Amino acid sequence: MTAFRDIFITGLLLGGIFALVSVGLSLQYGVARVLNVAHGEFIMVGAFITFFLLGSFNLNPLMSVVITGPAIFIVGFILHKTLFRRLMDSSPSLDVFEGKSMLASFGLLYVVQNLARIIWGSDVEGYNFLNTTVTSAQIPLNRLVALGFVIVIGVGFYFFLARTRLGKAIRASAQDPTTAELMGVNIHNVLAICFGLGLGMAGIAGSLLSTLFAIQTSIGLGYTVIAMIVVVLGGLGSITGAMIGGIILGLVSSTVTYFQPSLTMIAYYVIFIVLLLSRPKGIMGK
Amino acid sequence: MGLTTNKVIAPALLGVAFVILAVLPQITEGYILTLLIDILKFVILTVAWVLFSGPTGYMSLASAAFYGLGFYIAAVFSGDLPFAVLVVMAGAVAFLVALGVGALTLRLRGVYFAIFTFALVLLVQNVVLEVERLVTETRGRFVETVSTEGVYYALFIVAVLTLVSGTLIRRSRYGLALQTIGEHEEAAAHSGINVVWTKVLIFAVSAIFMGMAGAIIATRRTYIDPYIAFNLNNSFLPVLMAMFGGMGSLVGPVLGAAVFTYIGELLLTRFPDLYMLIFGVVLIVAILFMPNGVLGLLQGIWRRIRGGRRASA
Repeated sequence: MTAFRDIFITGLLLGGIFALVSVGLSLQYGVARVLNVAHGEFIMVGAFITFFLLGSFNLNPLMSVVITGPAIFIVGFILHKTLFRRLMDSSPSLDVFEGKSMLASFGLLYVVQNLARIIWGSDVEGYNFLNTTVTSAQIPLNRLVALGFVIVIGVGFYFFLARTRLGKAIRASAQDPTTAELMGVNIHNVLAICFGLGLGMAGIAGSLLSTLFAIQTSIGLGYTVIAMIVVVLGGLGSITGAMIGGIILGLVSSTVTYFQPSLTMIAYYVIFIVLLLSRPKGIMGK
Repeated sequence: MGLTTNKVIAPALLGVAFVILAVLPQITEGYILTLLIDILKFVILTVAWVLFSGPTGYMSLASAAFYGLGFYIAAVFSGDLPFAVLVVMAGAVAFLVALGVGALTLRLRGVYFAIFTFALVLLVQNVVLEVERLVTETRGRFVETVSTEGVYYALFIVAVLTLVSGTLIRRSRYGLALQTIGEHEEAAAHSGINVVWTKVLIFAVSAIFMGMAGAIIATRRTYIDPYIAFNLNNSFLPVLMAMFGGMGSLVGPVLGAAVFTYIGELLLTRFPDLYMLIFGVVLIVAILFMPNGVLGLLQGIWRRIRGGRRASA
């Protein structure tokens, strides 16, 4: 029974982390239609900025989300306004744009990863933060904090989409860009904001992840792969789906790890491939 | 007039290139041969990728999986079987695996197919890692090496095979069927094309060449492990090279692979730290400003020159 409880709690906490990593990617693809392979690189950048701020200014890692989030949001906004906007204009159809933007994001992956390597080197870095456990179930406090952040981000984003004018514009653009534009939505601004928000969330995720795991400039692709699996599990473009997908993957991971740790990665891909074949639209997909 | 000169010049150029490449190892050795081996490897991967993804428009990122399978087969049976048998076997296994995978997955569309093939590489990598852990209790293997010249000729033959089959397929009814699927799948099905079989077959055929290339390159190394064999770069780079060169014909991918590999080598020797960075920038610039690749760009310039001449006349 305790084994079952531990598996469940570990899975839930890990799921929170996975959801955090994936929400941004879901937003980038769901509205801006960019399957951003460089997503994980911005998580890595967020983590390193946090590490740098802690080392140089002794800034609390949880406070640094106020810096990493907006800073990377701006990068994303500019990237969309310049690079992806241009690709959009030159693509005859959405399918072509999706292919091209994915390739461009490969280029971005190389650029960001290697810039980071030039700036921060390729050593493994890390620090201790809230590395204590609470309650009898030995729950690590920093993982609990990360889960809390995911819930706050999820709820906050839900209200942003449901209650604000910009949120409405975003939802309209996701459903039908052409009509949204006819209704007076500045579609290019909305898409750029969504892409920026997605990257900003990657930055925030990076800040929080640096409190949990060791960081290195090459960690990006691993997180991208996890984010892709989660996002497909939950349904491309669905924020709630990304949350649910994250939790499911977390539970799967903790269960498999309990019995045979070396099979965890295989379990990820098997579930991913089975789901992709049986229900490509994902759990929350329409 | 233009047509007849093209008909004479193009085959003549091809013939000259063929002869030069065929006798090259007799004249030179060392760096140039190593560089050409790299170029040939990517020519095979890129052209094989274009065989499937070019006409059908399905973006496959599975190249590294088939390449890696070939790589691994060469490693497992190295020393026990002759080199040529290894290469053929790698091609056959890649073909069968691609046949199975294709039959399962080619109903996925667009970005889902790309994600699936991306995950496939990592799945195969992890399965091989796990099998090695359980069966041999090691991570990697040692490979018996083949002489540089032998590797070069093997790659050269496979590259020629790839290009010849590519050309024949493009000119056949089968190639036309593929083109139709890429343009409008439903229409193709309605005009009597067996859409599923056509797609799966070309997917599997393109995998043959990737597997063969993998088996040949594996003999260049003394030690390999799943991380080396199933390197995702072997999935990404062919796509980028094809985009860079232009996918309208088979010349584009060859050009793209050759130029890109050479630029890569230059960057790697001159600016090892900036290599991948510049690479990324080149890639983004290529996607942004050369929608039809280098070949498209050259053709555009050529047309402008000819157009200018005609206008002044």
